[in-house]
Amino acid sequence: MSDHHDTESNHLPASVEEPIANPGLPAHKPRPTDVDVKAERRAERQVAAFFVLSMICAVLFCVAYFTLDIKDETDTFIGLGASNVALGATLGLALMFIGIGVIHWARKLMGDVEIFEMRHPAASSPEDREETLAQLSAGLEESGIARRPLIRNTMLGAMGMLGLPLIVGLRDLGTLPGKKLESTVWAKGTRIVRDVTGTPVKPSQLEVGDLMNAQPEGLVTLHHEEDVAEGEARGVEYLEGVDLQVAKSKAAVILLRMEPKDLTFSERSPQNWQVDGIVAYSKICTHVGCPISLNEQQSHHLLCPCHQSTFDLADGGRVVFGPAARPLPQLPLRVENGYLVAQSDFREPVGPSYWERDSK
Amino acid sequence: MRLLNRPLNRVAGRLSRHRRRPLAGLLVMLLGLFFTGALYAAFAPASADKQNGTDDAEIAQGRELFLVGCAFCHGQNGEGITSQTGQLGPSLVGVGAAAVDFQVGTGRMPMVQPGQQAAVKDKVYTDDEVKALSAYVASLGPGPSIPTEDDYSIDHLSKDEQREAIVKGGQLFLANCSACHNFEGSGGAMPEGKKAPSLRKTSDKHLYEAMLTGPQQMDVFSNGNIAPEDKAAIIAYLNSIEENPGYGGFSLGGIGPVSEGMFAWLLGIGGLIGFAYWIAAHSARSEKTEHSEETPA
Repeated sequence: MSDHHDTESNHLPASVEEPIANPGLPAHKPRPTDVDVKAERRAERQVAAFFVLSMICAVLFCVAYFTLDIKDETDTFIGLGASNVALGATLGLALMFIGIGVIHWARKLMGDVEIFEMRHPAASSPEDREETLAQLSAGLEESGIARRPLIRNTMLGAMGMLGLPLIVGLRDLGTLPGKKLESTVWAKGTRIVRDVTGTPVKPSQLEVGDLMNAQPEGLVTLHHEEDVAEGEARGVEYLEGVDLQVAKSKAAVILLRMEPKDLTFSERSPQNWQVDGIVAYSKICTHVGCPISLNEQQSHHLLCPCHQSTFDLADGGRVVFGPAARPLPQLPLRVENGYLVAQSDFREPVGPSYWERDSK
Repeated sequence: MRLLNRPLNRVAGRLSRHRRRPLAGLLVMLLGLFFTGALYAAFAPASADKQNGTDDAEIAQGRELFLVGCAFCHGQNGEGITSQTGQLGPSLVGVGAAAVDFQVGTGRMPMVQPGQQAAVKDKVYTDDEVKALSAYVASLGPGPSIPTEDDYSIDHLSKDEQREAIVKGGQLFLANCSACHNFEGSGGAMPEGKKAPSLRKTSDKHLYEAMLTGPQQMDVFSNGNIAPEDKAAIIAYLNSIEENPGYGGFSLGGIGPVSEGMFAWLLGIGGLIGFAYWIAAHSARSEKTEHSEETPA
């Protein structure tokens, strides 16, 4: 180390030659406020006026806060909520007048002398650098870190082990999802209900071309009490709160009725999964999990608005465009007691890919 | 025969002497057919007329208009025309009066030229002509009829029920409609140059008809899918957001971060930059000599 620093310091230029002669600063011209006492007084009053305007705005903010109604009879101002407009405008103007006042003060009245500072090399002087390096070497020599590997190694080990408490602490941020991503609340015989209203669906209620946003029974909040009692008698579990949202984020489906002749059946979308042209697909895009229901009736193409993945719902949810790598999972349907129900859960995990998922 | 004749008087008895004549059976059958036909004529057409609210004259007028304005693409009997390059116009059998009232009433039909989507323009037919066309197409096959104000209005509900309907309509709108028509009904882009139109200026009747019939690429939301009172609730919600004051400021077209970002970057930040330039550029200097003790550096 000590071999190098001498040669480095020799490369530093002692001083920089000016390629063009320095013309120096132009002659300083005073501002009107520097030479005219009247102008100076006027500028002073202007600055004070801006600060006073700011105070008025702050008071107006308080007045608007208490006088403008935001409850039943909302005050409006050109079609906008008057309270929000007044609060925003007064607070914004109060801050802006302080800013304008300060700038006006600085430009008209504060010191107006041009200041310059010549550039100089950023490095320390060669003497300082030499002395620092010498001290560092002496310190290393005195600590004996090179001669005492036991101390060095245990110290490095101690610092490394500090990572363990961190990792153990992170573990409690949440449990691993385990198999939860592979299943939804759909099960054999789960009734399909309309989203929002929660009513069960008969095949005859759907016409060709119909699209219905649907949920498994129990995942809708707008229920009539007698329906809930009847459902619970059949063993339906009605979820609420966080559980409802978690279950809904995986279980949401769209239900479509098409001409049966338009449907293409395959191994992954067999004929016995549909009922009279009615098919159900997961509403969760297989790309990154946006909920999708932008369907085009005539082409049966379902478009995800996030990244334009497009699925052909007449052909087992096949990807026809976009970044999605897998078809939309289809929910096998059948009719039970006149209502549409699921034959089983989805046969594959819904939503986007994840590490542990097999790639089929 | 015997049972019929038994309670009758001897005129009937005399008649019954001819009952075994060869033509007697035929005569009775003809009489039976006549009475059945008369009964049917008395009741059935009357109820059919009531259902459709139309009459033959209107249907005939509609057919004349249809042959001039629509038959080129939809066929002389509304059966649809498929050309070598694809479908020119779909079959109108069974689309119902509601579909015609929507397509012609909003100016989408007759189309000026084939394209990705029938464009909205000033309507070509008068209200009476639209009615006649609807009646004619409805006569081709059973389909949804034109909704009445009772279907799409919630005025008959009490104040509290109306509020309830608007809240429910909002949830239904977000679940079923907002994917294409945007969260406040401002419309949005669809693949291949198509668009979901804005719902802000659409009349209640046309909103109802669009849900009922699923025009063009829109899905159908039949009465079995979304119940009539829920359709009325969705319409009530759309009307209510027109009346709401803009708490968040100007809606800027209501299309979310696209227009908001444009205004923030161009007007907001652009304005600040302009203001900063103005502050730095504005600099008055005096030619008078200095009177203070300051000296130039």
